Amino acid sequence: MNVHLASKGRDGILRRLRECQVAPVDLPTDQIAAIRFNDPVRQFRQVLESVGGKVVEASLGQPWQDSVAQLTVVAENQRICSACPGLTQANIDLNQVEDPHALDDLDVFVAIGEFGVAENGAIWVTDRELRQRVAYFICQHLVLVLDRGQVLHNLHEAYARLSWGASEFGAFISGPSKTADIEQSLVIGAHGPRSLTVVLTDGS
Amino acid sequence: MNDSTNTDSPAVNHAELAREFVRDQDRAHWHDQALWFVRSKRDRMMQLLPEWEELRHHAAQIKAHTLSRLPDYLEQFESQANRLGAHVHWASDAAEHNRIVANILSQHGVKRVVKSKSMLTEECHLNPYLEKRGIEVVDTDLGEWIVQLRGEPPSHIVLPAIHIKKEEVGELFHQRLGSSPGATDPEYLTNVARNRLRDEFLRADAGITGVNFAIAETGGFVVCTNEGNADLGVSLPKLHIACMGIEKLIPRAQDLAVFLRLLARSATGQPITTYSSHFHGPRPGGELHIVLVDNGRSELRQKEEFRSALQCIRCGACMNTCPVYRRSGGHSYSTPVPGPIGSVLSPAKDPHRHPSLPHACTLCGSCTDVCPVRIPLHHQLLALRGELAKNGHLAWTKRLSMRIASFAFQRPWLYRFGGAWARRVGRWTPRFLVYGPWNKWGKQREIPPLPTQSFQQLYQLYELHKVRDVESNRPISRDTS
Repeated sequence: MNVHLASKGRDGILRRLRECQVAPVDLPTDQIAAIRFNDPVRQFRQVLESVGGKVVEASLGQPWQDSVAQLTVVAENQRICSACPGLTQANIDLNQVEDPHALDDLDVFVAIGEFGVAENGAIWVTDRELRQRVAYFICQHLVLVLDRGQVLHNLHEAYARLSWGASEFGAFISGPSKTADIEQSLVIGAHGPRSLTVVLTDGS
Repeated sequence: MNDSTNTDSPAVNHAELAREFVRDQDRAHWHDQALWFVRSKRDRMMQLLPEWEELRHHAAQIKAHTLSRLPDYLEQFESQANRLGAHVHWASDAAEHNRIVANILSQHGVKRVVKSKSMLTEECHLNPYLEKRGIEVVDTDLGEWIVQLRGEPPSHIVLPAIHIKKEEVGELFHQRLGSSPGATDPEYLTNVARNRLRDEFLRADAGITGVNFAIAETGGFVVCTNEGNADLGVSLPKLHIACMGIEKLIPRAQDLAVFLRLLARSATGQPITTYSSHFHGPRPGGELHIVLVDNGRSELRQKEEFRSALQCIRCGACMNTCPVYRRSGGHSYSTPVPGPIGSVLSPAKDPHRHPSLPHACTLCGSCTDVCPVRIPLHHQLLALRGELAKNGHLAWTKRLSMRIASFAFQRPWLYRFGGAWARRVGRWTPRFLVYGPWNKWGKQREIPPLPTQSFQQLYQLYELHKVRDVESNRPISRDTS
């Protein structure tokens, strides 16, 4: 109640917190027996489709570029940007984009997903070696290429794998942008991509 | 003192504010069903995870641990965030928070801000503060934008426009944005908003976000959305300001697994939000400011009985399940956070202004059952009633009826006599005497018919039968007839 009288800012907050002795509580020491799946890729696919994502499986030995080139969103759109080299359809080089606002009319963005999570259909992406992270969110259609050997069972496995320390952006993306703010009716394509396609490759 | 904690503001009365909402029975029913639908989705998600209860226990313990060492973790977070190149600010109260944000914006000559959902900035009334200083703020979460256009606060922390019908959104968009008259299709209306807000994203000079979780160990933080509005808002302009209450901290990145698994499942019955964005430092060429806000949290932490309310991760599950919230609407609470958790947080902080909220509860305990961080909400609400009574914040009608009840409960003979008398005379009492203005319970419901026997009489009968049943080795039947 005496917030206005007490000293402001950092010192005030830390002093108020230290003035009050709170009985120590330990962090939990036991491991959570988290859910695992017989076929994590199948589970991943199922969950991702249930949240509005599309999953395309590349045929064995087929380069990912070929599978991506065959996608309707790539065939039918003009402005295509790929975060990884070798996609002939790509006509925007992210490294040449000085101002992220210039990506406003980006139709398709293709990027590599580091790994997927079966329990929630999420794919981990980062802005490592990516000049404009906005590409993930401003494009009309997002395509993520994922090695089917990189599908983990649950989020605990995911965080065990991630490391931190660098100034970097990373996100789990699970499906296209969506909203249900008007009478709880699900609408795909809120502010971000109107579609998400995940191309599952065999690591080639 | 343009602070939201202003203790001079008059008390608000939940029952009075709910009256308008309840009057429209069809609408109240529709609201009730919409939220129950969300609660059911949460149940389905929860049932898919055998380790659900284990997760809740872990989440509660991690948060309790963090609160027990909060000053240390805050300092750790600050130094790690600084190391990554972020600027960390500390605000004791809402006024200081608003000043800090306005200063950063004016130093950068910012005229337009896009903001993703942040209950903290609602709590601090940041929008009017910035608007008064000539800065335009656009809330970019679709639901929040709808209520902003209507000049209302959100009525739910996760579903800000849950009280509004699509016809009303259509009319609002028609008048304000020139969309087709009479349009009610959510897909069309969402697209209208998408196009308009895309322009706002492109024109903004700065992006403000809330924070779902901040990680002491790494100095980073996580923001969760389904629309992608937070990411668009802070990836176009160079300036990102993230505002967070000091209770948003967790110790380690690995703890995120526990909380992200619980959050969206509890909130909307999704396995995870579409975007769970991890910000560590500013983006290349950009600037990141993090504002840590106390605004009464350190004082709430001092109260052992209510400390665990600071464990809240703002999923809204307690609202979706609350029979009172579902039938009275979020605006009847008149607090930035409505529902059970709001009925703990606001009166615990400012009992003068919110004395009625702990009474807007049936003590059914459903909120406690669904809370992903195991806050004993209905116990806290009951304890708050006691505190309010002790400090003289009870209405005289409640005080009087409590005194009468206490007098009778302390005298078994009087209690028995009163019961017997009511059972005899009650059924013959004329309606206008029973359903007078003093009978608040009888306003919208019929009192059930009075039984012919008291509970004690029925129980004695039951015991008698039970003994007989046991003697004759029959299964015990509860049927006393």
